[in-house]
Amino acid sequence: MDRLTYIIVAVAAYLILAPLAGGLLAGVDRRITARMQGRVGPPILQPFYDVFKLFEKEGITVNKVQDFYIQCFLIFIVITGCFFFAGGDLLLIIFTLTLASIFLIVAAFSSNSPYAQIGAERELLQMMAYEPMVLITAIGFYLVYGTFNISDVVAGGGPAIVYLPGIFIGFVYILTIKLRKSPFDLSMSHHGHQELVKGLTTEFSGKTLALIEIAHWYENIFLMGFVYLFFAWSAPWSPILAVLICCIIYFLEIFIDNNEARVKWQLAINTSWIAAATLGFVNMLVLYFIVF
Amino acid sequence: MMSYVTKSPWIIHYDGSSCNGCDIEVLACLTPMYDVERFGIINTGNPKHADIFLLTGSVNEQNIPVIKQIYEQMPEPKVVVAIGICATSGGIFAECYNVQGGSDKVVPVDVYVPGCAARPEAIIDGVVKGLGVLAEKRAAMVKK
Repeated sequence: MDRLTYIIVAVAAYLILAPLAGGLLAGVDRRITARMQGRVGPPILQPFYDVFKLFEKEGITVNKVQDFYIQCFLIFIVITGCFFFAGGDLLLIIFTLTLASIFLIVAAFSSNSPYAQIGAERELLQMMAYEPMVLITAIGFYLVYGTFNISDVVAGGGPAIVYLPGIFIGFVYILTIKLRKSPFDLSMSHHGHQELVKGLTTEFSGKTLALIEIAHWYENIFLMGFVYLFFAWSAPWSPILAVLICCIIYFLEIFIDNNEARVKWQLAINTSWIAAATLGFVNMLVLYFIVF
Repeated sequence: MMSYVTKSPWIIHYDGSSCNGCDIEVLACLTPMYDVERFGIINTGNPKHADIFLLTGSVNEQNIPVIKQIYEQMPEPKVVVAIGICATSGGIFAECYNVQGGSDKVVPVDVYVPGCAARPEAIIDGVVKGLGVLAEKRAAMVKK
C-alpha cells in the first residue's frame, strides 16, 4: 500500500509540477541565452505567455490526422515521465520515449510540406544518433545495480556516477540533442526561427504548436530526472546534490548552445556513436571486470 | 479579460520591392541594441506561427500573390504593419509602371509606419500600436 501511495503522489506531482518547472526552466534558459548574447531578454514567464497565446489563436491544420499524432506525442511523453518518476522500468521508459518521438515524426511527415518532411528526416537522424547511448545508459545501470527498476537504483548503495563516469559523460553528450541545443539542434532549434532547423514545426500552428511546446517542457524535466538518477542514492542529502548538478548540467548545455556553431547531421551521428562506442562501451567493459 | 496575444507577438517579415533600407532597420530591432525579444517578439519567418505581418517596400505585380498567400496562411487574430513610406503609399516608386502602390492595395493594413528608412524606434512603436489592434481583434474573435 505504501508503494502505491508513493506512485500516485509521484505521478500527480509530475503531471502538475513538470510543466511549471519546465516552463520556468525555458524562461530562465531564454534569459541566460539573451545575457550571453549581450541582450536583456524576455521576462522569465515568457514561455507561458507564448503557450497561452498559441491557445488563443485560430486552429489551422493541413490534414485531419496531424492533431491526433501531436496529442499522442504529448500523451506518450507524459507517460514516459510518469513511469520514470514512479520508479518504473528503465527499458519500458526508453521504449515509450522512442514511441513518443515517432509520433512527432509521423505528424510532421503527414503534411506534404517539404520543410516539415526534411525536418522529420532530420529528427529521425537525431534519434539514430542518440538511441545507442540511451540504451547503453540503461545497460550500465543494470550492470551496477542488477535491476532496471528505478526505485531500486535510487535506493542503491552509492551514487551511480562512481561506477558510470564514462556513461554519464556520453549521456550528457547526447543530452544536447535531446534538449535541442546547438551544435545538434537540426530539426527543432530554439533559435533560427526562419531557418530549416525549425522545419519540424513548419506545419503546426496555434494549439498544436502549444502542445508541442508543453511536451518539450515535460520531456526536459524527465531528461533532468535522468541526470538526477546518476547522483541519487540513499543518503538524505543526496537529492540536494543531485538537483544542484542538474542545474549545472543545464547551464552547461546553455553555454554550449551559445558557443558552438551548428554541425551537419553526419557529424552529429558520427560523434554520438563514437561517444557511445568509446565512453559508453569502455565504461561497460570496466564494469564487467570489476563485477565478475 | 486580458489577452496573451499582446504579450507574445511573433512577427513575419516580407520584403516587397524594398531597397533593403527598411529591412535592415527591421532586423536592427532584433539586435542587442534594441532587443525586441524583451517584449516577447520573435521573428518567426513562418506565416503559420506569426501574429504580425511586417511589410516593407512597395507592391509590384510579381509579389501580389506572395503577399496574399502569406496573409492567408496566418491564423487569426493577425495584424499587418506597413513599414516605410514605400509600403505605406508606394513612395518614390508609386509612378513606376510595375508598381501597384502601397501594401494596402493587396492586404488590409492596420498600422502605417512612414519613413525612409523607418527608424527602429518607429518600427517598434508601430508594432506596439499593432498590439492594440491585435487585442481588439482577439476580443472580436471571443464574441463570435
